[in-house]
Amino acid sequence: MPKVTIDGFSIDVPEGTTILQASRILATEGKMPDAHVPPAMCYYTKLKTSGGYCRTCIVKVSKGSEKDPRPMPKPVPSCRQTVMDGMEVQNLTAPDLLEARAGVVEFLLINHPLDCPICDQAGECHLQDLSYENGNAGTRYEFARRTFDMIDIGDKIKLHMNRCILCYRCVKTAEQITDGRVHGVISRGDHAEISTYIEQAIDNDFSGNVIDVCPVGALTDRTFRFKSRVWFTKPMDAHRKCDKCCGKTAVWLSGNDVLRVTARKDKFGEVEDWICNECRYDKKQIGDWTIEGPRKIERHSVISQNHYESLRQLKVDISNQKKLLEVAHVADIKQN
Amino acid sequence: MPTKLLLNNEHIPGINTLQVYRNNGGYASVEKALKQMTPEAIVEEVKISGLRGRGGAGFPTGMKWSFLAKPAGVPRYLVCNADESEPGTFKDRYLMEKIPHLLVEGMITSSYALGCNTAYIYIRGEYFYVSRILENAIAEAYAAGYLGSNILGTGYNLNLYVQVGGGAYICGEETALLESLEGKRGNPRIKPPFPAIAGLYGCPTVVNNVETIAAVVPIVNNGGEAYSKIGIGKSTGTKLISASGHINKPGVYEIELGIPVEEFIYSDSYCGGIRNGKQLKAVVAGGSSVPVLPTELILKTAAGQPRLMSYESLSEGGFQTGTMLGSGGFIVMDEDTSIVKNLYTFTRFYHHESCGQCSPCREGTGWMEKIMHKILDGHGTLKDVDLLWDIQSKIEGKTICPLGEAAAWPVAAAIRHFRHEFEAYVMQPSSIKDVKHYYRLNNIEPIPA
Amino acid sequence: MLNNLNIMNNEIKFSAEALAIVKQMISRYPDGKQKSALLPVLHLAQAEFDGWLSVPVMDYVASLLSIKPIEVYEVASFYSMYNLKPVGKCTLEVCRTSSCWLMGAEDIVRHIQNRLGIKDGQTSSDGMFTLKTVECLGSCGTAPMLQCGAKYHENLTLEKVDELLDKLATDNKRTTYLDIV
Ligand SMILES: Cc1cc2nc3c(=O)[nH]c(=O)nc-3n(C[C@H](O)[C@H](O)[C@H](O)COP(=O)(O)O)c2cc1C
Ligand code: SF4
Ligand code: FES
Ligand code: FES
Repeated sequence: MPKVTIDGFSIDVPEGTTILQASRILATEGKMPDAHVPPAMCYYTKLKTSGGYCRTCIVKVSKGSEKDPRPMPKPVPSCRQTVMDGMEVQNLTAPDLLEARAGVVEFLLINHPLDCPICDQAGECHLQDLSYENGNAGTRYEFARRTFDMIDIGDKIKLHMNRCILCYRCVKTAEQITDGRVHGVISRGDHAEISTYIEQAIDNDFSGNVIDVCPVGALTDRTFRFKSRVWFTKPMDAHRKCDKCCGKTAVWLSGNDVLRVTARKDKFGEVEDWICNECRYDKKQIGDWTIEGPRKIERHSVISQNHYESLRQLKVDISNQKKLLEVAHVADIKQN
Repeated sequence: MPTKLLLNNEHIPGINTLQVYRNNGGYASVEKALKQMTPEAIVEEVKISGLRGRGGAGFPTGMKWSFLAKPAGVPRYLVCNADESEPGTFKDRYLMEKIPHLLVEGMITSSYALGCNTAYIYIRGEYFYVSRILENAIAEAYAAGYLGSNILGTGYNLNLYVQVGGGAYICGEETALLESLEGKRGNPRIKPPFPAIAGLYGCPTVVNNVETIAAVVPIVNNGGEAYSKIGIGKSTGTKLISASGHINKPGVYEIELGIPVEEFIYSDSYCGGIRNGKQLKAVVAGGSSVPVLPTELILKTAAGQPRLMSYESLSEGGFQTGTMLGSGGFIVMDEDTSIVKNLYTFTRFYHHESCGQCSPCREGTGWMEKIMHKILDGHGTLKDVDLLWDIQSKIEGKTICPLGEAAAWPVAAAIRHFRHEFEAYVMQPSSIKDVKHYYRLNNIEPIPA
Repeated sequence: MLNNLNIMNNEIKFSAEALAIVKQMISRYPDGKQKSALLPVLHLAQAEFDGWLSVPVMDYVASLLSIKPIEVYEVASFYSMYNLKPVGKCTLEVCRTSSCWLMGAEDIVRHIQNRLGIKDGQTSSDGMFTLKTVECLGSCGTAPMLQCGAKYHENLTLEKVDELLDKLATDNKRTTYLDIV
């Protein structure tokens, strides 16, 4: 089994493991602090051929392998690069790499509306986390941001293309877990957009999962939109007998009202099991579910801080959001 | 007389027809290869020849061919890259239009060497009329028994097809080309796997430039050894150079690699000097993506040696003082040219052509174009010049395919060698009109923007 | 956004000859890889159906190749030669990249704009001309240049442009990439 060392933490992993997977194993087994795991915005373990697009997961390979110890000339995407025996990888320990990653984050943000205060995804947005952790304060981009019209994809899903970072996860989800893809990426370059082109509804039992895989607030659940900030809801592990999916979900409660149902996500933000649309949209009574208990949100994200830590932290986050907002063009913040 | 291997017969009337082409020695390499040589022997000759890919990267062709995987029962493909979209490059079009049979012949000989029974020529959609010329040549070759089944009675079968693109520079990148040939968006694939292992339809595939394939013909005819004696150092053979811009004789020239750049620009056998008696200001030597060099560095290296038209000499000094041979798109600019405005056309080009898959290229190219536009409009600041520099450095090396670098390098080089010009735009916006030389040339009043 | 619903009452169907060409195109690829014919078939469709690809036309192409409509939209919107909106009978595609710019492409563009009273991307009011500035067409040595249909018009001067526009207007025919030149 090849041995790989990431920021000084070593592990033996099966042949074909990627650097990202190896670092997640290290973190899951408690052998390395979570912070050393590279951030991933487009890779998704469950989706074949995902990853490689966003470039946030880049790492520096300072030693290629035991056989060929030369360093790799460019940063590599850790989600796609497989390990070799003796490989040494630098993530947080390489300042030049962190600067390169900050550059990638800046690219992702230049056309992203800084409308977190009115975005439904705020609090569980991976881009928000990413920019807190890896970005620079302020923006050097002074031009008008790219804008698109909002689209309803059927009566359950809202597509807010301005926020999309083109991770391709939703397209791959639609292709791989539903039986017919009607939406995809159209146009080229920075005009590219996720679209059904002629706004066909995605009607398929599993189509709702595209909402859960979206790392930002581009695809949101219309049955939940603006009902509440996520951090004012209580996520509970719940299950029901379902003949379409595993029936194991997270239900997001306010008092005894089920505001939203999602798949359960692991600490890397990935869905544990796909769920069907019936569980997601139609089971909105507390009586539909067997509640197992409060869901532990492990990720060190804005949401867990708000939810499980002190109120003081909430204030910090809100003021951070305000700061972010100040640097944005006021004109760019369109209502909804 | 300088040696010509590809364009030696270009002036013979009717050379585009099979009859005339064959009367002038055409299809000899097919006869020789299929009847007298094993595929391995041809690959060996190509290795000996030292031929390097003419599409831009200059990778040794023989080595590329020997990487082709050969699992039993799986078809292999040869795909000719005729997407030619790098600004400043038009040699492939010239070759295909003038001597289409040379490419067809090269495709047959090369396919035989690689063990392919199906081959495609992927040509950019804008060259639709050239695709018809190729299709006619292919039809003639079928009729003469050079294509189809049991070619020349040797038992070797080959089908050759032309595929037109839809308008996208990125389809010149070999994996984007394969995607496009599969009827998809031209998004470059994430490598590995490389096409030699999993290319077209997941099968082992070789992608080669038009000129590379054509060069296989003289290599098989005369032997790799003879080819390797032409040229200089690791730049063997001849190269087609597309010369454009402010020169007296723009056009496609076949040169022996290694002639001095100065000779190429000023000799009457080639560019014939700068138009209208002007002075040379700068050259983009290998297509839009290679670094621009000012006169002093394009004619001589930093060490004071004459700069030669070869892979090694042009890149001597790295990017600090050198450039690249690239695809051989040689763009010449005279003393009145605005480097900033010229760079703007490149930056706009890369923004237009980015496929949009990976964030640094998708977002960075558009950002650079906007800043360039701002500078040209006279609203730029010195900080914008530094920002441009920083953005290009953050794109370079962080993208899926080399388009990111191709977009970054011209920006870096223009700022490196012509920073004073950016500063002039930023400090004295009124100087902008002075450099619009063509207004003067054409006696036109500039129309206020 | 590219949401143009085509309001065409005519039935969308290739002529028998065009269908034969499609069939022949598909035969160039291995079995099951008929999607490979998508780009050439879209060119054919654009030439057959008024110079642009409406949604019903794209859906028709999808059905011919047994692929999903979204696969056609994705491709048609990626490549610059496919028009997703109606265009004039003759599209003047003027190169504006480096070598052409050096040789005066801006003057050519401005001349066409003034003469036709349209801007880049617009169609003249008589529906005859659409002006499009494009990136390098591989004709840099004969700059400035423009492409109209399949034909390259090279070494342009303002006079040559005038002659060309006069001739195209007199011919009054739709030009396509498939024209024989
Ligand atoms: C953005 C981009 C555009 C390219 N365009 C072309 C092209 O138009 N023609 C070409 O032959 N190679 C082009 N290439 C190089 C090809 O990827 C590939 O290296 C080449 O076709 C290999 O053939 P060769 O070894 O014969 O040069 C391009 C590469 C990149 C990254
Ligand atoms: S570098 Fe640019 S062109 Fe290449 S894959 Fe990335 S976005 Fe596409
Ligand atoms: S997660 Fe690896 S490139 Fe996006
Ligand atoms: S720059 Fe215009 S054709 Fe190349």
